[in-house]
Amino acid sequence: MPFIEIDAVHKSYGDTEVLRGIDLSVEQHQVVTLIGASGSGKSTLLRCVNGLEDISAGEIRVGGEVASGRGTDVNRLRRDVGMVFQHFNLFPHMNVVRNVALAPMRVAGVPRAEAEERARTLLARVGLADKADRMPDQLSGGQQQRVAIVRALATQPRALLLDEITSALDPELVAEVLAIVRELAADGMTMLLATHEMGFAREVSHKVCFLHQGVLLEEGPPEQIFGDPRQERTRAFLRRIVEAGRL
Amino acid sequence: MSAGHSTLTTLGAGPAKSAAPPAALPTAAASVAAVLATVALTATAAASVSRVLPGSGPTVAAGAVVVAAAVLTLLRPALRAVRSARRAATAWSEQRRTDARRAASEAREDAWTALGWCLAALVLLGAVWFLCTNDRAVQRTFFDGQVIGISLKETASAFGTNLFIAVVAQVLILAWGLALALARMAPGRAGRPLRLLATTYIDGFRAVPAIIIIYLIGFGLPLAEVPFLSSLSPVWFAILALTLTYGAYVAEVFRAGIESVPPGQTAAARSLGLSQSATLRHVVLPQATRRVVPPLLNDFISLQKDTALVNVIGTIDAFNQSKIFASNHFNLSAVTVVAGLFILITIPQARLVDRLVAREQRRGKGA
Ligand SMILES: Nc1ncnc2c1ncn2[C@@H]1O[C@H](COP(=O)(O)OP(=O)(O)OP(=O)(O)O)[C@@H](O)[C@H]1O
Ligand SMILES: [Mg+2]
Repeated sequence: MPFIEIDAVHKSYGDTEVLRGIDLSVEQHQVVTLIGASGSGKSTLLRCVNGLEDISAGEIRVGGEVASGRGTDVNRLRRDVGMVFQHFNLFPHMNVVRNVALAPMRVAGVPRAEAEERARTLLARVGLADKADRMPDQLSGGQQQRVAIVRALATQPRALLLDEITSALDPELVAEVLAIVRELAADGMTMLLATHEMGFAREVSHKVCFLHQGVLLEEGPPEQIFGDPRQERTRAFLRRIVEAGRL
Repeated sequence: MSAGHSTLTTLGAGPAKSAAPPAALPTAAASVAAVLATVALTATAAASVSRVLPGSGPTVAAGAVVVAAAVLTLLRPALRAVRSARRAATAWSEQRRTDARRAASEAREDAWTALGWCLAALVLLGAVWFLCTNDRAVQRTFFDGQVIGISLKETASAFGTNLFIAVVAQVLILAWGLALALARMAPGRAGRPLRLLATTYIDGFRAVPAIIIIYLIGFGLPLAEVPFLSSLSPVWFAILALTLTYGAYVAEVFRAGIESVPPGQTAAARSLGLSQSATLRHVVLPQATRRVVPPLLNDFISLQKDTALVNVIGTIDAFNQSKIFASNHFNLSAVTVVAGLFILITIPQARLVDRLVAREQRRGKGA
C-alpha cells in the first residue's frame, strides 16, 4: 500500500492555478524525486502534503488516512511526516540542541533532559556532537541543514519531505548533506524530495517525476527519465540542465 | 554581426577626464577667520556678563578663558587646512593630480571641522547672552536658584506620582497591547469579527489625542457613576486613560514585530507538529520581542512624558505641583525643575534605545 497518495490535487493562489491535477504515490521505503523548472510547483506540492497549504481540489492520503481538506488533524499528520526546507529555517534564538529537542518536548511531551539527551545522540550520529551547544548562526550552511534534518527526524516521522535542501548551499557543502539523505534512503526512510541535483536524484531515487507548469508530465525509474525521456518537454529540460553543467 | 567586438567586452571610453579639484583655499581662510572672530566674541560676551553679574568677575573671566582657549585650539586644524590648500595648488600646477586631490580633500575636512566647532561655540555664547540679556530677565524667570531650592523637594516627590503612573501603565499596556495585536491578527473567517473590533479600537484610540481621553475619563467616569470604575482615584483614571491610548500604539508595535518574523519560521515550527499557540509562544514571540524592544521603549518614553497631561484632571503630579510654586512666586523656575527631571529619566533610555537598535542592525547584517 502506498504511504503517501496524491490524488488529482489542484492548488490555486487566487486566479493562478499552480498545481493542475497531480496524481502521485510514494510507497513505503521508497524515495521519489520531483524535478522540474523553477516555478513548476515542486515546493507547493510538498507543502500541500505537509498541510502547510490547503488544496483546492482532490485528496491527499498519508498512511491510509485522509490528510487534506477540512477537519484534518494536521498536528498528527506532521508527526508522521517531517519536512526540511531550502533555507534550513532553524530557530535562531535557540541553540542547536534546543532546536532539535523543541518538538519532542512541546509536541510529544518528552521531559527536557531526556529530549536533549536524545537530541545529542542524533546530532552525534551526523557528526555534529561538538556543535550541539552552538547557536545556529555560528554554523556553516551545510551544518545548519544537517541540524534541520536531525530536527525533522527527532519526532520519529515515518516519511520525510525534502524541499531543495541543498540549493542554498555552497557547492563544497552539498556532499555532507547528501550523504545523510543517502544514509536515510539506505535505512529505508520513505522520502519525497524536490531537487536540482540531477546526479543525486539519479543515484538515490526509486522513481523520478517531472513536473511542468503544475502538471506531472512524466514519471518513471531514474534510468528511464534521465536516459530515455519520452516527453519532448522532459528532454528539453534535461538538455538545459546538461548545458548548465549540472548533470 | 559584422562588428568585430561584442558588446559584452566593450570597455569604458578611455581614461576619465581630470577636472581641477575645487579650490580649498577660500574655505580654509574662512575657517581661520571664524576661529579668530569666535575668540573675539567670547571676550565681548564675558565683558557683558560680568557687567550684569557684579561680584562674579573672576568666575566669569575663568569661564571665558576656558571657552576662548578651547576655541583657540581650533587654530591648529584651521591653519593646517590653509597649508594643505596651498600644497594642493602647488601639486596641481606640477601635474601631480592625485596628490592635489588628496591635499585639497584634507584641507576641506580640516576647515569644516574648525567651522563646525566654531558654530557650536557660537551657539553656547548665544545661549549665555540670551540668559543675561535685559539684566538677566530670562535667567531670573527660568533659573532662579532660590525658587529652585524651595520647590525642589516637593516637586521631586510629586514626580513620584508621574513615575508610578508610568510604571503601572507600562505593565498594563504590555498585556493590553499584546492582546490587541493578537486579536488584530486573528486568522480565518472566524477571526474576522475580532479583527474588525481590534482594528476599530486601534484606529480610534490612535486618532484621539491622549489629553482628550484623559479628560473624558477623568471627568466622565465620576459623572457616569459606573460601579467600581467611578470610585477610582484620579491617579487610576490617568493610568486607565494612558493604558487605553498607548495600548493602541503598542499593539501596532507588537504586530509589526510579529510580522517581521520570517514566515519560514512558522512553517518550520508547524511542520514539526507544534500547534499554532505553541508556535507563537516558543518560536514567533521570542524572536519578535528582540525586534520590538527599541520601538516599544520609544513609545514608553513618550508615555512617561504624557504623564504630565494628567494635570488637566487635577492629579497632583510634578507639573501641577510646580505650577503651584510658579503662581506663588511669579516665577517659572519650578517648572524648569520638572523639565530637568524628565530630561534626567529620558536621556538614559534614549541612549539605551540607540544601543539596542545598533545591536539589532549588527545582528541583521550578521545573519
Ligand atoms: N504564496 C504564494 N502566493 C502566490 N503564488 C505563489 C505562492 N507560492 C508559490 N506561488 C507560485 O506558485 C508557482 C509554483 O511555485 P513553487 O515554489 O511551488 O515552484 P518550485 O517548483 O518549487 O520552484 P523552485 O524550483 O524555484 O523552488 C510559482 O509560479 C509561484 O510564483
Ligand atoms: Mg521550490
